[in-house]
Amino acid sequence: MNQVLTPKDFTTNQEVRWCPGCGDYAILKSVRSTLAKIGRPPHEVVFVSGIGCAARFPYYVDSYGFHTIHGRAPAVATGVKLANPDLDVWVVGGDGDFLSIGGNHLLHALRRNMDLNLLLLNNAIYGLTKGQYSPTSSVGTRSPSTPGGSVDRPVNAALMALGAGARFVARSADTLQDHLPEVLTRAQAHKGASLVEIFQNCIVYNDAVWAGMATKAESVDKTIRVADGEPLLFGKERDKGLVFDSNSGRMQLTEEGGDAEKLATIHDETNWALACALSRMDDSSLPTSLGVLYCDPVSDYGSDQEASNGFSTLSRDDLHGLLHDGGTWEVEG
Amino acid sequence: MGSQAATVAKVVERTAPERVVVRFAGDSGDGVQILGTEFAKSAALSGHDLITFPDFPAEIRAPVGTTFGVSAFQIQFGGPKVLTPGDAVDVLIAFNPAALKTNLADLREGGLVILDEGAFTKRNLAKAGYEESPLDDDALAAYQILKIDIARRCGEAVADTGASKKIADRAKNFWALGLTFWMFDRKRADTQKWITEKFAKIPEVAAANLAALNAGHAFGETMEIGRDVVGQPLEASFEPGIYRSITGIDAMAKGLAAAACCAGIKVAYCSYPITPASGLLHALAALRSKGIVTFQAEDEIAAATAAIGASYGGALGVTGSSGPGIALKSEALSLAIATELPLVVVNVQRAGPSTGMPTKAEQADLAMSLYGRHGEAPCAVLAPATPAECFQAMLDAATIAIRYMTPVIVLADGYIANAAEPWRIPNVAELPDIAPDFRADPENFQPFQRNQKTLARPWVKPGTPELQHRIGGIEKADGSGHISYDPDNHQTMTDLRAEKIARITEIIPPVKVERGVESGKVAVVGWGSTYGALNAAVKELLAEGLEVAHVHVRHIAPLAPGLEDLLRGFDHVLVAEMNGGQLRRLLRSEFLMPAEGVNQMTGKPFKVQTLKTAIRAVADKSAAKGNGGAA
Repeated sequence: MNQVLTPKDFTTNQEVRWCPGCGDYAILKSVRSTLAKIGRPPHEVVFVSGIGCAARFPYYVDSYGFHTIHGRAPAVATGVKLANPDLDVWVVGGDGDFLSIGGNHLLHALRRNMDLNLLLLNNAIYGLTKGQYSPTSSVGTRSPSTPGGSVDRPVNAALMALGAGARFVARSADTLQDHLPEVLTRAQAHKGASLVEIFQNCIVYNDAVWAGMATKAESVDKTIRVADGEPLLFGKERDKGLVFDSNSGRMQLTEEGGDAEKLATIHDETNWALACALSRMDDSSLPTSLGVLYCDPVSDYGSDQEASNGFSTLSRDDLHGLLHDGGTWEVEG
Repeated sequence: MGSQAATVAKVVERTAPERVVVRFAGDSGDGVQILGTEFAKSAALSGHDLITFPDFPAEIRAPVGTTFGVSAFQIQFGGPKVLTPGDAVDVLIAFNPAALKTNLADLREGGLVILDEGAFTKRNLAKAGYEESPLDDDALAAYQILKIDIARRCGEAVADTGASKKIADRAKNFWALGLTFWMFDRKRADTQKWITEKFAKIPEVAAANLAALNAGHAFGETMEIGRDVVGQPLEASFEPGIYRSITGIDAMAKGLAAAACCAGIKVAYCSYPITPASGLLHALAALRSKGIVTFQAEDEIAAATAAIGASYGGALGVTGSSGPGIALKSEALSLAIATELPLVVVNVQRAGPSTGMPTKAEQADLAMSLYGRHGEAPCAVLAPATPAECFQAMLDAATIAIRYMTPVIVLADGYIANAAEPWRIPNVAELPDIAPDFRADPENFQPFQRNQKTLARPWVKPGTPELQHRIGGIEKADGSGHISYDPDNHQTMTDLRAEKIARITEIIPPVKVERGVESGKVAVVGWGSTYGALNAAVKELLAEGLEVAHVHVRHIAPLAPGLEDLLRGFDHVLVAEMNGGQLRRLLRSEFLMPAEGVNQMTGKPFKVQTLKTAIRAVADKSAAKGNGGAA
């Protein structure tokens, strides 16, 4: 039963040990308020994490929590759901955790579609190991391990998820308190694996890497907040729009001077090709998409598994039957 | 076919043997494994004890007729007790030249070889690497030979059923089965029933196989062949009860089902395909049983961590693999040790290192099981001794894991996994209750508050009100479980984790002599699947008057209580292992004892003869010293 809860109900007595000014504080605040709003009692909620700054998350949320090993949190969370599909399981990891050492597990968690809420806290850097470039760092990132600037190209998390067969892909940013909780609520409500990529600032090693997204005021021109059934508009006056070009599979700006609201493509969460195009707006003239890019539910792994292998205890009579299946013979005394 | 009667006529009268060893060998597509399995079933139903050992190639369908595509199945049956699949083969059934070539060396002098003569074509001889046909020179002079054109005879018999040539060709394993049924005076009814049921959906195949089985039997009967060559072995002396034939893999699967039943919780088996451990995933998935959920993970690490997650979630997480896969799970095992969660890890060992010989057996992962983790990371290690014992081993592993909140490694191997023997099915009402004591009381709850007797921390299922807590790989404060970098606390926690494992000895039965003297010249020590060969070797040496004993270690970490005192009663401790001496080094370091070793890494189980020679050599040293002076 859902009950009236406050963010305080999801707050532990542990001292938060992130650097002052870290984007993770804002994300933690959003998560706590979202959990309170959803109203599942704390003992039915589980937070699982791997290794990294983001992975400290479970210590600060008063729920069941498991701080595991680097990259493996999605697999551990999968096991938790295998044991008890009724739990509300959240997985928190950074870009190194989810996309580098644990890339395989993220891929399979997404395509397997178990009902997990996966939060990717993407700061495009390795924070806890003191600032090496990460799989989402842009080319040329100078770091202790790439003093001349990195040369390998970054992975696009949303595109990877869409390619892996994820049925829910969304984006937001750490400090967008008017946006992130709503996205988290949608992710939790989605039955199946849901990936939320949260652009997060690392004030120490990669400050302002997502400049332009931190506040609503800054973000109006640099980002576009998509909403299902609404035209793809952005800008302070909502006078700029995006059109899906089916020939190139890319998004383009609506013609200058035209009626953006009329010309802009209507966002359709179930349109995979549109989601891909919205995920890869690399051209600097185009905004970064935020919100639920893709949501097209299919039956989740847990439901399928339970339906075909519904759990009940194995009784001694059942066991007797199992031990005697196939051929037996009796030796008389 | 006149020649065969003449060849067999030379046979001198033999007394009935205690046991007989038969090996079937053919192309991996010849149905040798089915043939062997059905033959074994009939041996069991005829009251024999038995052990079977399939030996198949890693290649799924190797090129037809090649030596590396040969699949074999060996069975030793008879009585009063059968301990091994047998050193030397009494009867070899070879379906082609490659099968003859790769298996002939194991046939005893004077043994019988039954050949599918029609398969000894120029082409097949060349593929097997024979320059001259062994049928034409004296390559087979030391053996009894029975040449039968099995394919042709089978084809003739099956023709009446209207089956195609392809179906007829594939029925020849049943023709050979029929012949061996005649030789060992077996009833065909159970196999006929099995064929009818197994091929119910393809009646033409069922009809062809039945015709082949009956024709093979009739051929033997008409020609009166084979029976006098080997004779009828003894019946076994079984304790009364209901029996079934069981492989190690099946016994493990049923043992895990028993663990789910006796603990009253879900068992989550999380695994990634690997030879030869995949069989356990298949067996558990096929059970489709209440109490068990199987999960095929994306990799070995995910399999281990999902099992850990399942245990955290209140199920018993179990993961299984073979050497290379277990190596990948190493980091996860340390997590389970640090977070003190129950976990069962099955290692079906194979010949290594690296890919090694995936279908062949070895015991070389003992050191990895004991030491192959980062940090001071002790866990329990146990090893079943026989295929049937794998059932109890899984139940024991689950008991230890749950009661002591620890990972438990179970060391099986490719031999014990695939070998089969009769098993007296236990009375399920007598199996122990191993239900975990899940913590539900929030009063004064601390996640690392320990049970004073076992030192285990409480197990709490997420979903339990008011017991939310957090655990992780970072060092935790004793009691509260909060993150702690306190130096003294780390010392305390490290000591506690070690002491907890040491205390498992409180529920382990003391080690005892399996066979032989309580003290004397040589204690022959083994672990795992070598049990049968060691026991047979000691039995034969005792009969020769040697002061020997067989000691088998089933609990390796912690070591079974009483082991040191027992071994000190012998002049020599000889450790027999299918590795370079891993248990020997453990005994030497733990007991400061000059244990010696007999070690074999051929991918094959020990032969009794090999062990006898090694034991005698040690005993002779003792004799040479005069009084055998205490070691």
